[in-house]
Amino acid sequence: MSSTHIADLILEVKDLHKSFGERRVLNGIDLDVARGSVTTVLGPSGAGKSVLLKCLADVEQPESGGIRFDGRPLDFRDHAARARFRSRCSFLFQGNALFDSLTALENVALPLEQTTDLPDEEIRARGMEALEQLELHHHWEQHPGQLSGGMQKRLALARAIVTRPELVFFDEPTAGLDPLRRNAVFSMIAKYQRQFGFTALVVTHDVVEALVASDRVALLNHGRICFVGSPGEFADSDHAVVRAFRDSAEALRSSLAGIHSDG
Amino acid sequence: MIRGLGRWTVSKVSGFGDFALFVGRSFAAAVRTRRLPSRLVGAIYEQGVLCLPVILIVSVFTGLVLGLQGYYVLNRFGSEGMLGALVSLSLIREMAPVLAALMLVGQAGSALAAEIGIQRNSEQLVALETMGVNSLGYVVTPRLFSALAVFPLQTALFVVVGLWGGSLSGSLLLGVDSGIYWSSVEHAVEAKDLQECFTKATVFGLLTISICAYHGFHAHRQRGATGARAVSKSTTRAVVHASIVVLTADYVITSFLV
Repeated sequence: MSSTHIADLILEVKDLHKSFGERRVLNGIDLDVARGSVTTVLGPSGAGKSVLLKCLADVEQPESGGIRFDGRPLDFRDHAARARFRSRCSFLFQGNALFDSLTALENVALPLEQTTDLPDEEIRARGMEALEQLELHHHWEQHPGQLSGGMQKRLALARAIVTRPELVFFDEPTAGLDPLRRNAVFSMIAKYQRQFGFTALVVTHDVVEALVASDRVALLNHGRICFVGSPGEFADSDHAVVRAFRDSAEALRSSLAGIHSDG
Repeated sequence: MIRGLGRWTVSKVSGFGDFALFVGRSFAAAVRTRRLPSRLVGAIYEQGVLCLPVILIVSVFTGLVLGLQGYYVLNRFGSEGMLGALVSLSLIREMAPVLAALMLVGQAGSALAAEIGIQRNSEQLVALETMGVNSLGYVVTPRLFSALAVFPLQTALFVVVGLWGGSLSGSLLLGVDSGIYWSSVEHAVEAKDLQECFTKATVFGLLTISICAYHGFHAHRQRGATGARAVSKSTTRAVVHASIVVLTADYVITSFLV
């Protein structure tokens, strides 16, 4: 690993552990995330991907291990450091976590209203700008319940980027979506990542879409990262766990294709 | 059995401590919460304006019934002229603060517990924290401050409308002279009665809204229930606990102030 590469890391995770009662979910996670990249953590359902993301985003507290953000160790017990970290990161939830009682614009403006001293006009302008960038500006008065699933996902992304974060965590962004929409969501992440320049850390179990949209891929298995590499390396890897995971995804696709051809 | 009793006691004491911390942190969050006044206006609308119809209906019927029952009891002793005193003191010292609080628990408290429970369930509260927003300050603090203002006002309204209801049944329907009724009210009510009334209203407001917010905020902690079931369980618990606490606190305050 070159020194330039080390300097370009925005997030470094070392030996992270997390258990729920007797159940060990994360068992010594090591992961580096390069600045300006789309890094995807793959893994089967229940592997602990969301828990990993929540530990990194300070939603869950890990038992042990170290996290460095932008070269500095993160201590979430230090309120000032925690606030600084949160002001530079955003989290896109699996279920979007949008406020049903607020309009699209109010949802997007919420983090600015509550964490900055910007005047109302500027907050509104920045909220509208974020909606426009995600092609939602015609729906600014609508409530999340009045928007389609894809639009809600874009609205959640608009809220995540309105504070101009350096790092965005995506928790299963394609959960519950059909294959076409899954593709569209990953394209959206890649497109806006290029447009706004943030670093994206995505957890998902959608192999094909993740390989197309990501710069780096990591595979989580039994609480450990067992593979890290480029999408090409993942596709060609002979690593037993990678092959098993890849094959199970391909087997699913083949059987789905079989169903279609039978129909 | 002793072990079970000990475990139960420890869990209740730690639960009470947790609740006290929750209320303390919610008030402390006011210092760091931005745009609190606008959230406060929304909370006053929820607890004040939306609960107005139920307060008006219950208060007028309470006054009517008090007037009716009071008239027939006093009539036995030839003391119908004391009807105003009976209605006013019953309303001011007991019925208005207790019934207004119970109505507000049923309307605003249950809605609050369910709303916060759903926000917990759909990760909206966690989303606030990841944005760097204090979820207690955003969701709970305005409701607590609003309760401190709204409960005494709703109780005052309950008293006024209840007195009018008493006069309606006593004077208009049963023939007690209206002047005698209102004069009896004026002579019976003292400043300390009003003080007791508003002390109760303020304490009930603080207790009920914080209990409902607490149960909604911790909907995910419900044992053996998740999702919608956890929200429904936490809402039911909130209403039951708040109602019991109102009646218990009423006895305690009355025994100190009488």
